[in-house]
Formats: sequence, C-alpha cells, structure tokens
Amino acid sequence: MNAPKRLQPFRLQGEHRQPFRLSQGGLIDRGTPLSFTFNGERFTGYAGDTLASALLANGRVFVGRSFKYHRPRGVLAHGSEEPNALVTLMGAGARSDPNTRATVVELHEGLRATSQNHWPSLAFDVGAVNDVLSPLLPAGFYYKTFMWPPSFWRKVYEPAIRAAAGLGRAPDGPDPDRYQQRHAHCDVLIAGGGPAGLAAALAASAAGARVILADEQPAWGGSLLHDAAATIDGQPAAAWIAATLGMLRARQVTLLSRATVFGLFGHNHAGILERVPAVPGRDLPRERLWQVRAKEIVVAAGAHERPLVFADNDRPGILLADSARAYAVRYGVAPGRRVVVATCGDAAYAVASALAAAGVGVAALVDTRPAAQCPDASALRKRGMEVLTGHTITGSEGRERVTALLVASLIGGKAGAVRRLECDAVAMHGGWTPAVHLHSQARGKLRFDDALDAFVPAADPPGLRSAGAARGVYALAEGLADGWQAGGAAAGGTGTKTFAAPASATSFVPVRVLPTDRDPARVRAFVDFQNDVTARDIGLALREGFESVEHVKRYTTTGMATDQGKTSNMNALGLIATQLGRPVPAVGTTTFRMPYTPVSFGALIGAHRGALFDPVRKTPSHEWAAARGAPFEDVGQWKRVLAFPQPGESLHAAVHRECLAARAAGGVFDASTLGKIEVVGTDAREFLNRMYINSFDKLAVGRCRYGLMLREDGYVMDDGIVACLAEDRFHVTTTTGGAPRVLMQMEDYLQTEWPDLQVRLTSVTEHYAVMAVQGPHARALVAPLIGGIDLADAAMPHMSVSTGRVADIPCRLFRVSFTGEAGYEINVPWGYGAALWALLVGRGAALGLIPYGTDAMHVLRAERGYIIVGQETDGTVAPDDVGLTGMIGKGKRDFVGKRSLGRPDLLAAGRKQLVGLLTEDPALVLEEGAQLVADPNQPVPMTMLGHVTSSYASATCGRSIALALAKDGRARLGATLHATTPTGFTPVKVVAPVFFDPEGKRVHG
Amino acid sequence: MLLITCPYCGERPEIEFRGGGEAHLARPADPSQLDDAQWAAFLFYRTNPKGVHAERWLHTHGCQRWFNAVRDTVSDRILATYRSGEPRPAIEEGKP
Repeated sequence: MNAPKRLQPFRLQGEHRQPFRLSQGGLIDRGTPLSFTFNGERFTGYAGDTLASALLANGRVFVGRSFKYHRPRGVLAHGSEEPNALVTLMGAGARSDPNTRATVVELHEGLRATSQNHWPSLAFDVGAVNDVLSPLLPAGFYYKTFMWPPSFWRKVYEPAIRAAAGLGRAPDGPDPDRYQQRHAHCDVLIAGGGPAGLAAALAASAAGARVILADEQPAWGGSLLHDAAATIDGQPAAAWIAATLGMLRARQVTLLSRATVFGLFGHNHAGILERVPAVPGRDLPRERLWQVRAKEIVVAAGAHERPLVFADNDRPGILLADSARAYAVRYGVAPGRRVVVATCGDAAYAVASALAAAGVGVAALVDTRPAAQCPDASALRKRGMEVLTGHTITGSEGRERVTALLVASLIGGKAGAVRRLECDAVAMHGGWTPAVHLHSQARGKLRFDDALDAFVPAADPPGLRSAGAARGVYALAEGLADGWQAGGAAAGGTGTKTFAAPASATSFVPVRVLPTDRDPARVRAFVDFQNDVTARDIGLALREGFESVEHVKRYTTTGMATDQGKTSNMNALGLIATQLGRPVPAVGTTTFRMPYTPVSFGALIGAHRGALFDPVRKTPSHEWAAARGAPFEDVGQWKRVLAFPQPGESLHAAVHRECLAARAAGGVFDASTLGKIEVVGTDAREFLNRMYINSFDKLAVGRCRYGLMLREDGYVMDDGIVACLAEDRFHVTTTTGGAPRVLMQMEDYLQTEWPDLQVRLTSVTEHYAVMAVQGPHARALVAPLIGGIDLADAAMPHMSVSTGRVADIPCRLFRVSFTGEAGYEINVPWGYGAALWALLVGRGAALGLIPYGTDAMHVLRAERGYIIVGQETDGTVAPDDVGLTGMIGKGKRDFVGKRSLGRPDLLAAGRKQLVGLLTEDPALVLEEGAQLVADPNQPVPMTMLGHVTSSYASATCGRSIALALAKDGRARLGATLHATTPTGFTPVKVVAPVFFDPEGKRVHG
Repeated sequence: MLLITCPYCGERPEIEFRGGGEAHLARPADPSQLDDAQWAAFLFYRTNPKGVHAERWLHTHGCQRWFNAVRDTVSDRILATYRSGEPRPAIEEGKP
C-alpha cells in the first residue's frame, strides 16, 4: 500500500466524519452513532467504542499533557494499563470523575470529557515550560532544591508545588451517584476472561464447581477480541467465544463483565469492582463492589506489552503495537495513515500484517535485532513495507502528533547514519510482561525467567493458581491448555486438554534503552510515562548511590503513578540491572499492592455515608431536647445535650444558669448513656473483688460503692458505681465511653482466667434509661412519684439502691451523686425514659429544678473534684496519682492491677498528681491541655511539670477553676506555678482539687 | 480478610472478631509472689514469632466468647482453633 506523499490535515471543517475510521471491520455498531464532546468540541463515535478509540477515529491523538513536564501525550495502550490518556469525565451537577483512563471509558451518548494537566488550554499550556526546563528538573529535583530553609517547606515550597502538580481535580460537591456492595461465595473465582480464563471456567464448571468469572472489559475474549486470524479447534475465535459463553451460562457460571478483580486479601477474599452501565429510566448504581470469598482462585490476567525506550518515545501517535492492532481490528480505527512498526520482538510482525489486512497503511517495520534473529519478513515486504533489521531509533519528530521516526542502522552497538521515516503513527513493541499483580498480592513469590525476560510466579500460594500469559504462557494453544488445566485443578480435578490454534510468535530480545546519536544529557527516553520518568533519571539515581530497586523507585517515582507501572516496571528494572551490571533477579522487583486499577472511594464506602456513615445513639430525652433547639455534642456514637439555652440565651449563660440552679434548687439530667452491666451469680461478689481495687465483702444488699477498675498494668481503666441488689446480683455502671471496654475486660478474665467462678455478665446499658435528679429539692420532686421505697435518710442514705416504682413504672432507684448535691439516679426501662424525663422536668419547674446538660454536669463535678476517667486520666495514671489510694480494699490479696502498683515506676518519686489550680485573674479560664512550668523565664526547652486536665468558669465559686496533673503536685499545695496561655504564661496557685463543699456534706441532704 | 473458625459458631469473617495477643499465658495464681522482673515478664514480654503462633481471639460480634487459634504469622493461615482452657494442638512449623 502506498502512503500519500503529504499527510492530510486532521481537522475537518463542519461535521466531523471520523476521518480515521476504517471503512469496515471492528466489533462496533456502525448503526448506532453516539455523539460526545472532548474539551467542548463535538465528535461522533459508535456504540462499542471506548473514548480512546472514538478520539482516535476522529484524529484526536493529542489527548493530554504529562504530569511533570506537561509534554503533549496521546493514547499509549488500549486497556487499563494506559498511563497517558487520563481525562476528566463531566456529568450533570457535581458529577465529575478525574483521572479516568480514556481506554476503558465506554462511549455513550452525550459523554463529556476534558483533558487534564494544562492551563489555560490543552494546545497552549504555560506549564509546558517545565519541558524546556527539564535539564533543571532531574530525579530528586524537589528533594534537593526545596531543602532549605526548613521553615520554607510548609509555607512556601509545598503549597506552590501542590498547586503546580496534581492529576486532575477532585469534584467539589458531594457525589450524586449510588454505589452498591455485594458479598458472594464460590468454589472457583477466575480473574480474567481471555482465552486462558475462559478455558479455566469451562474446566471448573464442567467439574461441577460454583464459578465466578470476572473480566474488566465489556466484552469477553481478552486478546482474542483483536486477533482476527485466531482460530480455536478449527472455529474462528469469535465463534469459539460465543459457544463457550453459552456453555458457561448453561452451567450457571456467574459472568461478571466490566468487573476488575482489584485486590486479593487474606484467605482468598477478593475485591471486585464492577462498573454498571447506565440504562435510561433505571436507577442503577454507578459501580458495584463485590466481596467474594473463593475456595480457589485462578489468575488469568494476561500480560502487558512494554514500550520501547527511545528518545522522544512519548509523542502523540506513538502507541503500543498490540494496541494499534486492537484499534484497527476491534474498533475499526486506523491509528494512523502511515504507520511505522518498531520492535525488538516477533509479535510486531503479526501486528504489521494485521494492520495491513485491516486497511491501515504500514510504511515500515524497524527491528532492533540483527536480520539473523528476525522472523521471515517476506510477506510484509510483499505488502510494500520496508523492513529494516539491526536498526535503532534515535528519536522522533512532531509536535501534537508524531510526523517522523528517526532510525539508524546499529553498527557495533552505536547508531550509524540517521534516516527519517515519515509517519503519523508508530506501533512499538518492547516485549511482554506477565500481569503477576494478583499473584503478588496473594503473597506469591516470583522468579525471574531469563527466556521470557520477566518475573513469573515461582510457586502458587495456597488456593491460587496463575494460568496463561499471566505466568508467561503466551502462545494461544498453550494458554488455553494452561487455563483448562488450572480451572480443572481448582475444582479438584487433574484433567488436561489440548487445543488447536495457530502458532503464536512472542519471543523478543529486550533493549533496555535504544542507542542514539544525540547528546545524552538532552535525551528524553521515557520509561514511566505517567510519572514522566526518563532513562536518564534512573541513571542519575544510580549514580547518586540509589541501588536498591525500592530506593530508585521512590527517588525517581518510577512505577508509583496510578498505573502502578504496568507498562514501565520491567523496562525500569532492566535498565537498573544493565547499568549496575547485575542480572535482573539480583536487582529484584518491587511488591505489587492492591488496587490493581484505581477504585473509587464511593465504591468502597457504598451506602455508608451521610446518616448511615456511623450509627447514632440517642438518649430518651433526645426528641424533647431537639424540639427545644438544644445543642448536642458527640460522645462516641451518642448525641448528648450540652445545655438547654432559653430563647436568646448564649450557651455560656445557659451553663452558668444551670449550675447555679442545680446548687440552689436542683436539676434533672439524662444520664442514660452510662454503661451498665449486670453481674449475677453465686460468685458475683468475689468476681467484683478481683476486678475492682475496692473490697465489696462488706457491701450490704441495698448499698452502693464507688468502684475503680485498673488494667493489669496498674493504670486506671474505668470507674463507676457498684450496687448490690441481692447477694448474687450487682448493678455496675461504667463511663459512657468505657462500657464495651469494661465488659470485654470482665468477660476476658471470667472466661479465660477464672472460668470456675459462677458469674454471668449482661450489658444492660440500653435496657435502662437513667434520669438523675440532683440538688436540695431533689427529694421533694421524686418523693411523690415513688412507690414501694422508703426515701428517709435512715432507710435510703447516700450510696444506696432500692427497687420500686416511679410514676408506676418499675425502677431501680439509686441515691448517688456526681454533682456533690444530694440526689437520685432513677433507672427505668428504656422505653419509659422519655415519659419520665418529661414528667420530672415538668413537675420540677414548680420546685425550681431545671434540666441541665453535660456542660453543667462537668462543671458541677469539677467543683467537687470528681475525676472523669479519660479526662483526668490518660492511661498512664495510677490510683494514687488521682488521690484514690484510699479506695483500695484493705487486706485484699489480689485484684487486677494490684501487683503492678508495686512496680518501681509507680512507686518512684516525682509522679504527676491531681491538684486544683486557681488563676490570679479569676476571670481567666485556662486552656485544657495547658502546660505547667515552675519558672516561665527558664531557657527553652523548658522543664514541663504537668498539664491542665479540666478547666471551667465556675458559677458557684464565682471564678475560674481547673484540675491538673502536676509533678509532685500534692507537695506543691500553696505554691505558684505558671501555665501556658495562647499569649504567654500566667501564674496559677496550686490548691487541693476540691473547690466547693470540701467536707462533702451536701450529698447527705 | 481472614476467615476464622469460631469453635462455637463456625467459619466467620475476621471483621466479627477481635485479636487478643499471645495465648497460654496464665495469670499467676498469686502475683504478689513474683518479683518485679518476673511480673514484668508476664505483663509485657511476648514471643512474637515468625511462624506458628498460638493467639487469643474474641468473637466480639458473635458469641462474645474468647478462644484460641494457632496461626502461621508468615502465611496468615489459621491452622487450628480451639476453646479456651484446651491444650494447644501439636502443630509443627510448616505442617498444616
């Protein structure tokens, strides 16, 4: 075929006619034209196109700019390995999807795509100056240049670099799409629906196994889809695929197309991302995340083609050879009108034939190997192609599209006289790399195969097999047989089967970087297209002493882009090995990690967003409070009311009012979030003796005790009330956040250390609503409602418990206090909580009792010096540190944490102890977390003595108060320390950690 | 995600469980008899082997029971699970 002398301009005026669409062929539906836009320009493609094939059909080769140098880039591949053609898909509203590979985007009517990495436009890009400056931007440039001064990194360098870099733009609105998640089980999961995968599915399903077959493409057949000459057992490949699919469907095989097995996790747990095509009128999810638990997995993921590494190998129009064939055969698109094939292997000869057979003009084939190593090319020559063996490629020409390939004969490994081959596309073949990603993710080891010049699975990990090209079995007949054998073995069989198919030629002689006659300092021969890593960058990294492949990878960023180096890794490894003069296996390879291809956050999150992101736990008074506009705070999953501001009242004023009212008359507080555990059994008392530092031997029925629980290392873990309801029944409370932790520690000891104890533990947190009624008039409010309980002090003193009825609701009534006031905590079945709350608040108003929230609760307890576990303690605080040594049961031989209290560290002098702090300025409220020092004028770094744990404006005290942990705090009472503030230091007086009612008389009424 | 066989409930995904560290470390009957070094050894020192390891698991989102598992820390294969209090099965390195 003779190519035209002058190439036609690619832009047609008026209607776009797909000037590069071949007149026939392809698996596209020419009866269904689809219109789409790219950068606002309107184009037409056909059903069955990808965005990439449709753009190529329209002559749009230049589709984006590169990451670092902003060089014009075109489509390199035809599948998910594509590093260049990243586009943003625009949707309605906030819908936009950056960094989508145009090679996997199926064309649909109205599709809108834009290119990335340029400003202000694709054709004129200011950032392209980076390309001119590229001699100044070698590997490690950012590390070297932006080192000093260190303070510049965060404020100056990083923001500027981040603004200039980046792939695409994240959408700025919420994702309007829906994502679905499914779980499935199967006997055999097969990743890849090419020849090996289809054969594996045939064999596994024939053996009766439950099979899931997944492939990332919309169509089945893998490489067969663009191998027009392929036949299997005498049938054309397309007929064999159709017959195979029919058989698999009949055997109930689950066929997942557009579904990428992106990750393999422990115990054959596979993650599959299925893209769901939109169907007008149906509310379908955009993507479906499958979590499959497979007894056996067959990886038939195929192989990736390698680019050739030569100077300016990244011009738009230069693409992989097998991809050029795919565009011509599968999509009916000519990658160019005058193609030059460049290769170091046999596979490109079949590509050249196939292109010519499809009607694509192929001018020449250039092979780096000497003629003696090359296959017979007489058929190609007969078609009019020039075949040049023993040639190197010294460069390319062209701006937005390649216009010429520069070649030279290789003489003694060096480039001879340069010849200019005019062309508008280059199909390059640098060999094959098996897709071992999933094998590696399953912790399979690799071995280097010299004959294949590639890493292949060394041995299959348990429950997983690789088959076909994924383990280097490239030839069609052998790949089919390998798939069949693997699928059968996965289903427990040992059978084999032979397939008849035309011979495949796949051998190649790798060339790490093609020799050129140009100034090596100016040559840009790209290894990693997506991250703009050149052969020179890798050489520089090695010269600077980075030899480990892991270090070279991080220093140059080769293989670290979103394509995970699918097209570049082996070229980079080969280059490193050659330059170091070591064999490739001595250099090793990096580890592949999931995901195989990018996975959207939406698919991983699924329905777990918005209100479904995390469960919300609501107290019984929630609706009452919400109706009155009360502000809530998050305490774990609980929503708790901060305060009950009156109309026009600030939060601060509300807390102030609630605190004063609670002390003067009383208040009602929803304490339902308290953790509650019922401890039942003949050994319950003994069990509690072992779990808490306190002794419960003398705790009578109807009495309560404040209990402190340690971890085995001696540090405070939780606290609460232990109430004895009967000899064998105790009601224990925990902190709101500590409930699961406490139950787990109790269960752990009960089940594993003391299984002989007759004890049962039940979480009753959500069984009992708790309404605290505290203050001087608490009894006046409660008494008229109570039935069956004598509230007299003698019968029901502070720290007692009784069962009876409140407003005719069965209740457990505790006389306990977390405010320092006399009061009750009324436990009723959860469903009665809201009614009891409304009743207490309503009747309380006449007595001056107000509802109060967690802010007031915190202030009231701090005034009395009651600690909050997790606020005054942080996991390194022992009982003595918070002044609770007195709680330790006298004469107790053992309890959890007791032995640790004798550890040297806990007995050493200088431990931080709980103290109170008073600022000189009573209006100044310290910051919680503020550091304490003895002398604010000492040199930096200062000696820190402790920190503020709680700090409030106390209405009752008429001033600010604070609790703190300070080194040797109890010995410093009366001394002055200095606390940090946002503007400097302020003096604070160390006092006892009790600010109100120091003798604790008020709880007794 | 591991697939763990609870001795009470059967095969369940890892998400239902919570790990509890090394198994077969009985709390001393009378900790007060231990010197500081002995107590520290019980409290803090763990074998952390590369290979076969007996460890505690809690079926926290299931039956809430503690049990033990023998797991190969290299391959993550779980070689056996058994109830608390039962002896560790004789499983040698590398032999499932």
